[in-house]
Amino acid sequence: MGTQLVQAVVDGVLTGGVYALMAAGLTLIFGVLDIINIAQGIFVVLGAYLSYVLWSDLGIDPFLGLLITIPTLFFVGVGVEWAFIRRLGERDRVTMSILVTYAVSLILEGILDNAFGTNVFQLRPSYESSSFFVFGFYLQQIYVYGFVLAVVLLAAIYALLYRSRFGASVRASLQDRTAAQLIGVNVRRVSTITFGIGTAVTAAGGMVFGVTNAFSANSGADLISRLLSIVILGGLGSIGGAMGAAVLMLVLEDIVATVWSPVWSPVVYFAALLIVLSIRPVGLFGRTAARAQ
Amino acid sequence: MSGAAGEETATAAPRPMPSPGPLPTSNRRGTAARSAKVAFWLVIAGLLVAFPAIFTNTTVTTIAVFSIIFMSAATAWNSFSGYSGYVSIGHAVFFGAGAYTLVLIAADNHWTGGYSVFALVPLGGVVSVAIAVPFGLVALRTRRHTFVVVTIAVFFIFQLLAFNLKFLTRGSQGVSTPTPPWFGSAYNDRFYYAALCVLAVAVLISVAVRRSRFGLQLLAIRDDEDRAAGLGVRTTRVKLVAFMLSSFPVGMAGAVWGYFLGSIHPQFAFNPLFDLSVAIMAFLGGLGTISGPLLGAALLESLQQYFAIQYSQDNLYLIAYGALFLVVIVLLPRGVIPTVVDTVRSWRDRGEGLRGRSALVGGARSAQGPAGGLTVAAPNGVRGED
Repeated sequence: MGTQLVQAVVDGVLTGGVYALMAAGLTLIFGVLDIINIAQGIFVVLGAYLSYVLWSDLGIDPFLGLLITIPTLFFVGVGVEWAFIRRLGERDRVTMSILVTYAVSLILEGILDNAFGTNVFQLRPSYESSSFFVFGFYLQQIYVYGFVLAVVLLAAIYALLYRSRFGASVRASLQDRTAAQLIGVNVRRVSTITFGIGTAVTAAGGMVFGVTNAFSANSGADLISRLLSIVILGGLGSIGGAMGAAVLMLVLEDIVATVWSPVWSPVVYFAALLIVLSIRPVGLFGRTAARAQ
Repeated sequence: MSGAAGEETATAAPRPMPSPGPLPTSNRRGTAARSAKVAFWLVIAGLLVAFPAIFTNTTVTTIAVFSIIFMSAATAWNSFSGYSGYVSIGHAVFFGAGAYTLVLIAADNHWTGGYSVFALVPLGGVVSVAIAVPFGLVALRTRRHTFVVVTIAVFFIFQLLAFNLKFLTRGSQGVSTPTPPWFGSAYNDRFYYAALCVLAVAVLISVAVRRSRFGLQLLAIRDDEDRAAGLGVRTTRVKLVAFMLSSFPVGMAGAVWGYFLGSIHPQFAFNPLFDLSVAIMAFLGGLGTISGPLLGAALLESLQQYFAIQYSQDNLYLIAYGALFLVVIVLLPRGVIPTVVDTVRSWRDRGEGLRGRSALVGGARSAQGPAGGLTVAAPNGVRGED
């Protein structure tokens, strides 16, 4: 049981990396645009389908395929932001964004369902089922690669945020949109690009998801409920919080799956969320100062 | 002096009132308009009651039963979310709980189908309220956007429980109700009237809340929760009571629905689309009004049932739903009823304004009346106190 537990922790950390990436995108979107993007889940599924098509029809390795899917999803995100998110006013912004992005996710789900049917797909590149044997534990290769990918992309986002002028604009908008506008930040452009970045990371997440899970058009609901729990747990708007919460939740889920049963492990997310919110309503690293609603 | 202070405050009022719907009282329109309104509602009620007698086609009455069920659910949902501004995407929990309550009790105790099973409908409502208490206590302590996510989370927990607590719910194979001894239009008619009773309860609750001081407190929370709290509104308690009140008709609607269908399964009783449907219906009709959800639900549910019967293309209607919702949000952000009411009112105002200055002044004075009554919550308000 001891080794199984440690294995669960290791697996949790590795998969947590990818979820951390997707959750970071989601929380970044909230931080800069003040909206909750419910469509993040279906974007991940879209990324998975795109990777799948590239791999099965064109023989492109999923990781290489990212060079195509990441920009694609970036532009999909920009398109969605321009078409729908931009029209949201300030009043009830968050609530409206939830409903609007929920509607968008339904449309996407319907389209994907129509295009690919109800069958489940899974990418199976050659390394899909091989593992590294390290210090007596099995590390599935795909998890390790995914983790490395997540770290690389998160580092890239970090560099963008903290080492570039654009990143400074993003951080300014994160702190206070109105003040940022007052000092000359083009908040509108920053918002659009940030939304694009937030969805571009789902391409990476989607690819890893597509290799490690059998997915179909309705996998999105499960995904978004996990991502939302992670993001709220970490505190909306806190990237570090989202990352930490992601790893924590994935580890917890794997432990529960090992110790109790895989059937009940999704409950971990929601139970943890409810418990934390009862004690600290803003999440672990959320800001206590309420944003104007 | 009071007049001057009153006018000053009226012009200084910083926020445009986000009119949540037709005003409960209006000095200007007087009793004639009010009795017209009552007459209108009586006619509608009469039509609803007479409906199955007029339209005997079973397809039509089946659509009607579903429509009435959703009208109840939308009205009840609106009683909480529309008035408080806290959008709940978890009311499907109550719907499913009500359905399972009725079906499980009837099935496990081997009741014979018939009128007696309807007695379980209020029980479905009560169970929902019981669930609403812990649900609300956890969810309502958070702010609006976190609240929405919490409702989503609780919904998924219940769906998971319904699937996995097999000893209770039989999991995905579902549970069947005892079959009632009616057929065809006799079957539909009885369920229609049962649903109509639930609708009556839902509308009564909605009206009672809207016209009460409690309702004003809810609206105050919607407009500015911190200010309301500062004025002495006990926000958590008010929200919780409203949440409980809104869960009751939804639970009953779920119970009637479960009995009507004859068998229920977790993915349909706890259906994530339920909440979005109910939200669209309320939005389409007009969030925060009484007639809004009724209109929205009647329109949308009959449309949806019609499509389901004609085409049964599941994924197409996902797209249609999402698209419709987006259209509603963009074009009619406040819903049909408030937009119509405002248009009519602006025609009327234009007409009155042309009748001379005295009318204008009179109009301005009485404009303070309703505005004063509606401005942030309660009793003695802030107007003119400083």
